[in-house]
Amino acid sequence: MRIADLFQETYDAVTVNKVRSGLTMLGIVIGIGSVIALLAMGQGAKNSIESSIQSIGSNLLMVRPGAMRAGGGVSSGRGSAQTLTMDDVEAIRGQATAVRAVAPEISGRYQVTAAGTNTNVSVYGVTEEYQSVKSLTVESGSFVSAQNEKGRSKVAVLGSATRDDLFGEGNDPVGSKIKINRIEFKVIGVMAAKGGSGFGSADEAIYVPLATAQQYLSSSRYLSMINVEAASAEAMDLAESELTDILLAAHDITDPTLADFMVMSQADIVETASSVTDTFVTLLAAIAAISLLVGGIGIMNMMLTTVTERTREIGLRKAIGARREDIVRQFLMESLLLTFVGGAIGIVVGWLIAQAAIRFASIQASVSLSAVVMAVGVSVGIGVIFGYYPAQRAAKLRPIEALRYE
Amino acid sequence: MIEISDIRKAYRVGDIETLALDGVSFRIEKGDFVAIMGQSGSGKSTLMHIIGCLDSPTSGRYFLGGHDVSRMTDDELSDVRRDQIGFVFQAFNLLPRATAIRNVSLPLIYANVLPEERDRRAGEALLAAGLPEDRWHHHSNELSGGQKQRVAIARALVNSPAIVLADEPTGNLDSKTGEVVLETFRHLNCDLGHTILLITHERYVAEHADRIITLKDGRIVSDEEVRSKHPCPVERQTP
Repeated sequence: MRIADLFQETYDAVTVNKVRSGLTMLGIVIGIGSVIALLAMGQGAKNSIESSIQSIGSNLLMVRPGAMRAGGGVSSGRGSAQTLTMDDVEAIRGQATAVRAVAPEISGRYQVTAAGTNTNVSVYGVTEEYQSVKSLTVESGSFVSAQNEKGRSKVAVLGSATRDDLFGEGNDPVGSKIKINRIEFKVIGVMAAKGGSGFGSADEAIYVPLATAQQYLSSSRYLSMINVEAASAEAMDLAESELTDILLAAHDITDPTLADFMVMSQADIVETASSVTDTFVTLLAAIAAISLLVGGIGIMNMMLTTVTERTREIGLRKAIGARREDIVRQFLMESLLLTFVGGAIGIVVGWLIAQAAIRFASIQASVSLSAVVMAVGVSVGIGVIFGYYPAQRAAKLRPIEALRYE
Repeated sequence: MIEISDIRKAYRVGDIETLALDGVSFRIEKGDFVAIMGQSGSGKSTLMHIIGCLDSPTSGRYFLGGHDVSRMTDDELSDVRRDQIGFVFQAFNLLPRATAIRNVSLPLIYANVLPEERDRRAGEALLAAGLPEDRWHHHSNELSGGQKQRVAIARALVNSPAIVLADEPTGNLDSKTGEVVLETFRHLNCDLGHTILLITHERYVAEHADRIITLKDGRIVSDEEVRSKHPCPVERQTP
């Protein structure tokens, strides 16, 4: 049988019962469509998490206070300990070679008021290095300077979202006064919007000199975090081990497992977040795969019904000279056509759902080529796997019995 | 052409063995018009299945055009059916949603014949079977019973088979249409030289042939030359 004739016969057979073929295909459309849509949303979630982490800054290492264990006693919990001081910052500045800049910070949430408005916002005590380490840009005015730091000036730089909250969008508040925790600060600058949302947004923040924050806000000499910019992307690992060694020595700790601080790189955070989103994507895909399986069983069900219904026709085809392989090919081709077309429609449907999610639910979604290739492969595979048994059944029919079948 | 010698066919249903054919032998030459007659249960259907290569005998030999087809595999038998045998069934067995010409072309599709050649040969066969040309592109479920059987006959002829097997071809037709179909077979035999084997339970139908083989309980009880109701004229043109 020539290929063109095989297609013609297949097309004729599938279009004889359009409603049934359509409904059978619908199973595959839903299966493939949901796989594509869910993978797209999963991929989108992953991309948006990664990009928001990347927006924190490049080549960034973060030293946070770790759990302090006093001789194996009670752990006060990770991050709650107060172990990092300006001495550590000086030690890193003095000894580390793979480090470009060190930016200590101290943070806390305070009630902030400006003429008639107020908000609760994260206030960061920072030094001038902070701006370059976190890749922040000034929209108007200036960032915290070394002079501000030395003079413990009560000056504040607003993140763009905080400026919007306190002074309204588009207004330039430089020179105005605000009160942080009832202490008056003079606004000296506004930072440009950086994007990125969720934890640690740079836009919802107020920056003040570190020494000022220590004296007036936290009343403590301990730091919340030390941000360290490595000399280059390649130097990240070296910088990480240098930091660990310097801080262990500075804190007189010999056993690294007892370290009272932890060093995290951006890559670590991305990795952690990715492993969460990967699990999430796998879970979604597994749910979608179940609907694909059901679709496949629907194909097999329809093909078996078709074989029974067309028993006489199969008998006739064999009587006039069709070989077993001709019959197998014909039935396999039918199920392949259903799954292939169903898969193609499913890809379009999945893509449309992803677009709708972007548009109406503002969920990030991106349909990847690999997902499309996989979907096509899976639907063709389903056609072969679930079409094979019915095709074999058809081919094995004995012509005399098939012709007599009522 | 066809040589059948001592064919036996046994069926087993549970522990009971039934002998459908019990030592049947005969020869059919090219250009013969033979009827096989018998009541139901006589074994005539079993014999037709064996001659049509749809089934294999339990024992005995069957030569078709010099080849022993009694020991062939399924796929080899498919090829023999495709190239040597044309079937006409009582129930027509046409594909209902395919056109008349597509139905006739079906054996050629399995023989990998190209479309233009298929259409040419299908057209010739339809002309020979006497289906008016304006019906060729109608779907077969739009045709009358007589027209359907003409399409089926054309399908049987299209591969120029060694033998055309007609199994109760008039069984689903009224007597007038049945008569027309039987005349068509006569025409194919007399004017185009086709070898025809007609299987029927009706004496009246069998009498259209030149020779009647009568079966009873799996054996041949008579094998006689008869004077056909419609003998070939010495000089006869296509009606």
